[in-house]
Formats: sequence, structure tokens, C-alpha cells
Amino acid sequence: MLTILFDGIAYGMLLFVLAVGLAVTMGLMNFINLAHGAFAMVGGYITVLLMQRLDVPFLVCLPLAFAGAALLGAVLERTLYRPLYRKPHLDQVLFSIGLVFMAVSAVDYYVGSTQQIMQLPQWLKGRTEIGSLGMGHYRLFIIVVCAALTVMLQYILSRTRFGSRLRASVDDQRVAAGMGINVNVVFLSTFAFGSGLAGLGGALGAEVLGMDPTFPLKFMVYFLIVVAVGGTSSITGPLLAALLLGIADVAGKYYIPKMGAFIVYTLMIVILLWKPQGLFVRQGGKA
Amino acid sequence: MSDIVLSCQGLVKRFGGIVATHNVSLDLRRGARHALIGPNGAGKTTLINLLTGVLEPTEGRITLNGEDISRLAPHQRVRRGLVRTFQINQLFASMTPLQTLALVVSEQRGLGARWWRSLAADAGVAERAQQLLAQFHLAEVADQKTEHLAYGKRRLLEIAIALACEPRVLLLDEPVAGVPAGEREELLQTVAALPADVSVLLIEHDMDLVFSFA
Amino acid sequence: MIPAQSDLARTARLKWWEPLFWLAVFAAPALWPGQAPIINETAIWALFAISLDLVLGYAGIVSLGHAAFFGLGAYTAALFARHLSPDPHLGLLVAMGASALLGLLASLTVLRGTDLTRLMVTLGLALILLELANKLDWLTGGTDGIQGLTIAPVLGRFEFGIDGQVASYFSLTLLLLFFLLARVIVNSPFGGTLKAIRDNRLRAMAIGIPVHARLIAIYTVAAAIAGAAGAAFTLTSGYVSMEALSFDRSADVMLMVVIGGVGWLYGGVIGAVVFQVIRDVLSQITPQYWMFWIGLFLVVLVLVGRDRLFKPWTWFKRGAGGKA
Repeated sequence: MLTILFDGIAYGMLLFVLAVGLAVTMGLMNFINLAHGAFAMVGGYITVLLMQRLDVPFLVCLPLAFAGAALLGAVLERTLYRPLYRKPHLDQVLFSIGLVFMAVSAVDYYVGSTQQIMQLPQWLKGRTEIGSLGMGHYRLFIIVVCAALTVMLQYILSRTRFGSRLRASVDDQRVAAGMGINVNVVFLSTFAFGSGLAGLGGALGAEVLGMDPTFPLKFMVYFLIVVAVGGTSSITGPLLAALLLGIADVAGKYYIPKMGAFIVYTLMIVILLWKPQGLFVRQGGKA
Repeated sequence: MSDIVLSCQGLVKRFGGIVATHNVSLDLRRGARHALIGPNGAGKTTLINLLTGVLEPTEGRITLNGEDISRLAPHQRVRRGLVRTFQINQLFASMTPLQTLALVVSEQRGLGARWWRSLAADAGVAERAQQLLAQFHLAEVADQKTEHLAYGKRRLLEIAIALACEPRVLLLDEPVAGVPAGEREELLQTVAALPADVSVLLIEHDMDLVFSFA
Repeated sequence: MIPAQSDLARTARLKWWEPLFWLAVFAAPALWPGQAPIINETAIWALFAISLDLVLGYAGIVSLGHAAFFGLGAYTAALFARHLSPDPHLGLLVAMGASALLGLLASLTVLRGTDLTRLMVTLGLALILLELANKLDWLTGGTDGIQGLTIAPVLGRFEFGIDGQVASYFSLTLLLLFFLLARVIVNSPFGGTLKAIRDNRLRAMAIGIPVHARLIAIYTVAAAIAGAAGAAFTLTSGYVSMEALSFDRSADVMLMVVIGGVGWLYGGVIGAVVFQVIRDVLSQITPQYWMFWIGLFLVVLVLVGRDRLFKPWTWFKRGAGGKA
């Protein structure tokens, strides 16, 4: 059972890194971006292709995946997303679904639809058993990397000037702009960074979750659950939501294989009924 | 037989560490014309939101015509005659003034749930809507979508909607905000012409206006 | 009738082209008998689209899981036909009842929260039903679905044949009936309150509209209509599969409503026809990658502005896009 918990935590931390960008941009721009998973896919494919075709070492691929996805995010934010911030949510949903369709088809066309095989470096393979707790080394690696990222994110948000600007813009965009904060730059850099994180998550998750063109569609629901349940006004909210989701999913599929995914969706609906603004929203904060 | 139509006792509203409403009690008599004054940020609109049920009070009670309405939903308070206007126009962008007022009157007369007859079917509703349009000088723009109306007309519609609800207690949140000086008279005269037994509470920060009204 | 009444009635009045439209629609299966199965399919999509439009266009609820009601209606009709009675009329009513019940329960979930919350709970519900259909395979046939259903003749006389004629008239009749019902609802005071809720929920509450009660009512009605569409699918084709509950179905019907025009009843009907044509054309040109072109279409649609799609002269003008 401890192993289930361990695997669930690994899965949850991965989901957090994948989804945190979505949570922040949702809270910042009030934009429902269903194409977030596409950035994760980009990161995953960059990693896999670099490793397969150019023999780039795994650890080098990770920052490259981040950079590639972040660059793509920056370009798209400036050109396509920015004019759409004021549009109704329906339009945003339609737009981002359209982007996903395009991304999925493009990857299918250029790379093919089979799932990509990822060869982990030797030192990441293997398992350590401590009593009843079995820890896969790769999952341990994921937990460590994601925990470090979380700490770094929290530090950026609460200790740096950029973090304060970001929090100000999330709280009240107009006032922030009135104070001289360049909201456009904040949006652009946040969106790029969030997409980069998604790309990094995609790279990390390629081995565990499977990387094929349908990745954005398959996992989008999970990202949305993390954001909806975790709320968009902090990063601890999505973190806890992601962990909850990861553990529930892994445990559900292990203990009740017949009803696995069903548990997650039901849990989500129940939670959202109880707390429509998300489980971890600050009192008095904007949704 | 109490003459007090609206009253609240010990109303408190806290937002985290901020106390927006601090132990407010007031009594409004039938037919009263009062003004609630204060600078921006004093919590006037918060008080209106508490009285109308948009916000839940942290502490305190609200009574309307002797009935405790503290737990009632906003639409239930409107049904009992407690009506408000908004400082920033809250209108129905895709509907025309005629459609808007016909709708409000229908709902007010208990016809809002009727799905089997058309909105145009009831002559009484249409007549009252027409009357309100004339009263508020909206007849010329009656068939234009609200989103295309000029600001002054929108403000008039904002107040007209409140009157269409046949209020017994009317809470006006800065009714002439943003209205050019020339058109203010018109608006205020309409408010002054309200039936004598309707109680009006005017939120304002312009003192000249207040003293000409209250 | 005083002048104000006739002004109000103007938007609700029958336009001159409407009777012609419906005559043409009903003549279609007789004029092009080879296309009857496609006409049947399109009529079912159009009915489904009307159901979504009531929820999306008139009540303002963004739902990515509307197939839940379609699929439940489809499966209920199938199980009814297999285990209880092949009578299509009873099957239709039972399916509508089941979907209405689900709609009633589901409506409680979409009342509060943000657009994102609503998106998630509607999506979640459809995914739950999909999982159930998958896992309860002793009941639903799992991935194979329920096949080879025998359905009794309509009105005791008209048998569902391979040519699809009876099927298309059955579906078209349902489409017309529910279209007229939707029309009555939309032009009534009740419909007016829905539009008010959609435009400005805060103000709707402030004029005495019991928002929750009205939303529950329309959501239940829309679910029942979607269930009717699902039942029509099963009854006219003789089988049901998990496709009826899929995300594809929810997304496609939303596209239809958007293409045809949200908040306009004919939007659903026209959108269904246009979408079918586009998909047909696209899959012939690029059978594998038509998803790309649909995606591109959506992106362009939103960037240009949904309301300006059919006014090409406005495409390159800067200006209003979005809510007032």
C-alpha cells in the first residue's frame, strides 16, 4: 500500500508540474486554455526525438523541452491568445479545442501515431525496496525534480519582484496596470513559463504516461480537474489537488480496477458541488 | 402597526481581516426619503448588497415589513418589494428596452414561469411597459438593443427596471453617476414623483444632490 | 392589440421562408431516396443541436458533455427494445423520461461556480457515463454496444426499412415537433427570463427571477429533447454503441450550434446540415487529417469573431468582438 501511495505522489507531482501553468494563466488572464496539453506534448516529443535521433542525453533534453515549449508559448501568446482575452469563455473553449485539433493532427502527420518509446538512462532504471515500500528510481527522480520546481515556484512568487507583480496582476489587473506594472509583459512571461513547465512535465512524463499524438486530449481532463479543484488563486491549491488526484487515480485503478477512472470523475463532481470555486480558494479572493 | 418598513440591526460584514460593515443599524419608515452619504470606499454599496441578499452578513438581522429576511435569497426579497438599482448599469445587452421592461413586468406579475404563451400575449404587461417607456423618455429607443444605447438612456433604463418591479422600498445606488448635468434633473424628477408610500434610500456622495432630495 | 404588443410579437412572428423551409426539408427524403439515411442522421443531429442551443444559447451554460443525455436516451431505448417491448413510441417516451431525470439531477451541478466549474462537471458527467457503459458490459455490451435490435413499426404500420425512408420521416417529424416546442418556450416570458439570466445573472436575480429554478427547468427539458434524439438514433438504426456518449459527439454538436449561430433555433438545424456537408467534403479530400482543418476553422472562426463569420466584409475591420 505504501508503494501505491508513493506512485500516487509521483503521479500527482507530475500532474502538478504539468497543470500549474494552466492554473496560473487561468487565474491571471481568466482564459480557459484547453490547449495546454499541447505544450506538454511538444516537450515530450522534443525529448523523445532528440534522444532517439540525435542521441542527446536525457538530462540535457529536459531543459531543452522546457525552452522549446516556452518559446512556442511566447510566440502563440503574443500572436493568437492576446486578442482573445476579452472574449467570452465559449469562444476561448472553441479556440483552444481548435488549436489542440491542429496540434494533434500535425504531430500525427509528421511523426506518426504510434506511441513513442523512451529509453531511460541506466542510472534511472531500477527499483529500491525498503520493507513494503517499493520505490521505482525514475519515480523517485520525478518526485525530487517536481518538489524542487515547486519550491522554486513558491520562492519566485513570494520573494521576487516578478512574483509580486504577478500576484498583483492576478488580484486586480486594472489596478496593477495603473500602478505601472506592465501587464502585457507579465502575461507573456507567465504564459511562456507555464507552457515551458508543461513541456518539462511532458518530457518527464513521457515514460510514465505514454507519449502519442492523443496525449493532449487524454490528459486535458486531468489538468482541468487540478485547476478546477485546486483553484486559481495560489499554487498550493493545485499542488494539493494534483496530489489528491494522483493518489486517488492510482489507488482507484489498483483496488477497484473495474471502476478506476469513474472514482476520479465522481470525486471531482462531488468536490465541485461542495465548493464550486475550488477546494483551496482564499476567502474573499476572486475566483 | 409599525410604520417601519425596512430595518437592520447590528449588521456586520467581514472580508478576511477587513471589516466593511461595522455594526450598522437603521430603520426606514414608510414613505421616507433618506440619503446615505459617505466618501467612496466607505461601504455604502456593501450595505446595499447585504440588505438585498447579494452578500451574506457575518452578523446581524434584516427585517422587511416585520418579516425577518436575513436568510432569504435576493429574488425572494425583490418579490417582497425590496428593489435596488446598481451604480454601474446592470442591463440585458441583447434585449431592447421594450423587451426588458415587458419581461420585468411579467415576472413581477407572476407570469415569469409561463412557457406556453408568448411574451407579447398579455395586453396588460405591454401597456405597463409602454407606460414606463414613456415615463422615462425611452419611447424613441424602445426597439434598439440595449448594447447600442447611449449612456444616458441606459441609466434611465436602469432606474425604469427598478420601478417596473413595483417597489415598496427602493435603494438607489448613485443613480446619477456618470449622467451629464443636463439630464440629471429629468432623472431626479422621476424619482421624486414616486408614490408617497414608497420608501427611498438614496446612496450618494454629492452633497448638493442629497440636500435637494432628502 | 396595442402597438407595444405588436412590437414584442414581431420577433416571434413566423417568417415567410419558414413554411417553405420545412416543406423542402420534408420533401427531401422523397426527392432523394438514396440520401434518406443521411437525412435521418442529420435530422437527429439537428434535434440534438436544438437541445444544446437551449442550454448554451439561451441559458448560457457552456457544456462539453451534452452527449450524456443523448447517450442515455440511446441506451435506454435500446435496453427497452431488447428487454421490454419493441414499441418505438413507448421506447421514445421512456428514453426521454430517463434523460429528463438525469437532466434534473445534473442541473443541480451547473447552478453554481464559474464557467470552468460548469465545463468540468458537464464533462465529468459524460465521462462517468462513458466509463459505466464501458465497464458494465453485461448490460451495455461494452465496446461492442447493443446490436441487432428489432423495432416495431411506427404507428403500427410503417416499418423501419433498410432504405431509411420511414427512419428519416420519423426523425424529421420529431425534429419539427420539438422545434415548435422550443420556439414556443423561447418566445414566452419564461424564455425571456432565460435570456435575462444569460445576459446578466446578477440583474436577473435583482428583478425577482428565481434563477436556479428556471435553469433547472430548462436543463431538464433540454436533456429530455437530447434523450429523444438519442432514442431516435437507436430506433432508426437498430443499434447503439459507446460512440453515443463520446466526447466527439459532445464536441461535434457544439460545433454545429456554433456554426449555425448560437441563440437562434434555426442555428442548430442549419449548423447540423452545414457541418455534415463540411465533414463529408473534408473526409473525401483528406480522410486522415480532416481534424486539422476543423481545428483551423475553429481558430479562424474565433479570431474573426463568431458573429462576423457570414459577413466577409467585416473580417478585416478592427472592432467589436465579444460581449458588450
